[in-house]
Amino acid sequence: MTALAWLVPAALALGGLGLAAFLWSLDNGQYEDLEGAGWRALDDESELTRKSTPQ
Amino acid sequence: MGEIVTLRSAAAGGEIGLEPHRTGNNTIGDAGSASDPRQPMIVLVVPEMHCGGCMRKVENALLALPGIVSARTNLSARRVAIEARTGDGTAERCMTALANIGFAATLLSRDRAPEEGDRDRDYLKRLGVAGFAAMNVMLLSVAVWSGFARDMPGSLQTLFHWLSALIAVPAIAYAGQPFFASARSALASRRLNMDVPISLGVILTTAMSIHQTIRGSDQVYFDAAISLLFFLLIGRALDARMRSRASSAAENLLGLREVAASVMRSDGTIERVATDTVIPGMRVLIAAGERVPLDARIVRGNGDLDESLLTGESRPRHVTIGDPIYSGTIALTGPIVAEATAVAENTLIAEIARLMQTAEQARGRYVRLADRAAQLYAPVVHLLGFGTFVGWMLSGYGWEPALTSAIAVLIITCPCALALAVPAVQVVATSRLFRSGIVLKAADGLERLAEVDTILFDKTGTLTMGKPQLIDAARIPQSILMRACGLAGQSGHPYAKAIVNAARQQGLAIVALAGVEEVAGAGLRAWHDGQELRLGSAQFCDVIDARASEQALWFRDGENAPVPFPVGDLLRTDAKEVVAKLARWPYRLEILSGDRSGDVAEIAAAVGIACWRADVRPAEKIARIHQLSGEGRKILMVGDGLNDAPALAAGHAALSPSSAADISQQAADAVFQGDRLGAVLEILAVAKAARRRSLENFAIAIGYNVLFVPLAMAGMVTPLIAAIAMSASSIAVTANALRLSHQNLEDQP
Repeated sequence: MTALAWLVPAALALGGLGLAAFLWSLDNGQYEDLEGAGWRALDDESELTRKSTPQ
Repeated sequence: MGEIVTLRSAAAGGEIGLEPHRTGNNTIGDAGSASDPRQPMIVLVVPEMHCGGCMRKVENALLALPGIVSARTNLSARRVAIEARTGDGTAERCMTALANIGFAATLLSRDRAPEEGDRDRDYLKRLGVAGFAAMNVMLLSVAVWSGFARDMPGSLQTLFHWLSALIAVPAIAYAGQPFFASARSALASRRLNMDVPISLGVILTTAMSIHQTIRGSDQVYFDAAISLLFFLLIGRALDARMRSRASSAAENLLGLREVAASVMRSDGTIERVATDTVIPGMRVLIAAGERVPLDARIVRGNGDLDESLLTGESRPRHVTIGDPIYSGTIALTGPIVAEATAVAENTLIAEIARLMQTAEQARGRYVRLADRAAQLYAPVVHLLGFGTFVGWMLSGYGWEPALTSAIAVLIITCPCALALAVPAVQVVATSRLFRSGIVLKAADGLERLAEVDTILFDKTGTLTMGKPQLIDAARIPQSILMRACGLAGQSGHPYAKAIVNAARQQGLAIVALAGVEEVAGAGLRAWHDGQELRLGSAQFCDVIDARASEQALWFRDGENAPVPFPVGDLLRTDAKEVVAKLARWPYRLEILSGDRSGDVAEIAAAVGIACWRADVRPAEKIARIHQLSGEGRKILMVGDGLNDAPALAAGHAALSPSSAADISQQAADAVFQGDRLGAVLEILAVAKAARRRSLENFAIAIGYNVLFVPLAMAGMVTPLIAAIAMSASSIAVTANALRLSHQNLEDQP
């Protein structure tokens, strides 16, 4: 039964990690544009290269 | 430096995508608070953005402008959020830049709170928390239950109960708030809704479980309380998502009104001013391709107007000096100088929005199936619980067992299955419809659609495709079609587009001619190999035969005889079949069109609808709907134009094709994509089947209560029995709902 002493906290911590990740992604706007995100993944021209061109 | 800026703004842009009004670490509940002055954010609506390529073009075009720090598109919302260092006139410059690459953009109207989007996210958060808690509490509960069979020490059982309490209580307090708030407001206005028994059940269950945990007893129901909230929140979250999409579309529409107008001063100079500062009598200049900023009368020039947004009529109207023009329409050719006749709030488009609001109020009074069930269910449950308490007290057992049994009754009757009955069916029906390209928007729309017995159709864009097409394109020799294309490829006129489309379908390569000239209100002309090519009206192409000049579009190649290019609005391919089937089911069918009576009669005969009305104005459409509902009919309005929007809102239920004006889509309960009218059949069949499934689910839920309530009243319910009963009934209800997913509904009216 001593295994429970660390198994239960470990299970809760892992679950909590998942929850934290979900809440973070929600607040971060990861689900705001599900349609566009799919396209962005296919975009070869990264935003960094686009922006770093001299203005 | 550039890299840092990009990274920061990309993160911010993603966040702001849907909610331009707020930035940073916002909290729920401050929706609609004033915009953050630190980060001026311009949000443009770009309705023609359809794919990743469009997104990149839009972003690149904007980033190329000086002073633009970031530009982030949101494809789902069809918006782009722009962050700029410079102040005045940036929005104007951005819109011009986008117009140059072929994307019409409008400024998002800022005077609306993004309430629905917030609620959507709020529910998702609560759902996440409830899901996490439910899984972990269930993990501990299953361990305890299996511990009954294999002698788990009492101390460990109590530890697990305390752990469950630690997880469940804060989660319930947070995730249950929407239910508690709704129950409170219902009670405050002396009503009962489904949230009252839900809240009462959850709160009492939690309170009793805490009490039993302290006492070290095994009557602990944390798992039941939190998983109930989790299941219910799934339904609510889906509902909120549908609403948020609808309101986002509505906001986009407000942006459609032209925000600036080119005013012509008395000395001939032109100045861009905000539309709401234009007063009647001022002269505005409307260039080709521009939207008319406000209702006006033409004083100089002539051209073709695309009025499809207002009338649903795809054929452009030729306007000339003295004709009234309406805000929201697009000048296809120009320029036109017009004198404003109304201020911005008095335009036709604003009038339609007002008509819609009043019409919508009637639909707001609809009571949903689940709420109707709750009005019967809630008092019965509360009486049963109270009766159990009184019964045990009278039998002399003392208040504690009496209260425990009464709470057990509330837990067992807690409408888990009942509250899932309708949402589960709705989710399955929604995803089934989604697979067939139908987006269900209003959550109660499905219920209202199932009650419909009369269908009113608009003509253009609903029964027909709504876009002019070249009729019998194969009859026109390919060489002639190709030469016509050389002219047509240069124009944005719907007829020209119809010719280009026809040529593309035949696989012809389109070679644009140089020096194509557009003659306002007449057509296109160009010189090629020493010959003058003309594409346009009969008069423009010198057609002599007066009888033949009925055809709107002609092509003349040099001195050769002019060739007619018949264009028209074709019926949807399956319109006739669908109408025949609907009439058989049986629905009463009628056409209500704002179009000319000759055209309407022709279409009505072609699809086989005997009853039709032509030249119907928006207000008259509403009047007809009221007249029919007065006869006790439940009306489904199917339409697409802005002129249909009030009628769509007034009907008992409404459908729109996805090509419809945004405001019409907003008023519709469901929007269908594609060229087939068969979607209407599918929606009605699914709606009716969904109603049947919902009623069956109610029967299952009530049957389960009949079985277990006597046990609870007798004080024989343990947490294990409660958990099994609750999940068994929920699974039964969900399984029954899932049957809808692949059922063949072909011939079920």
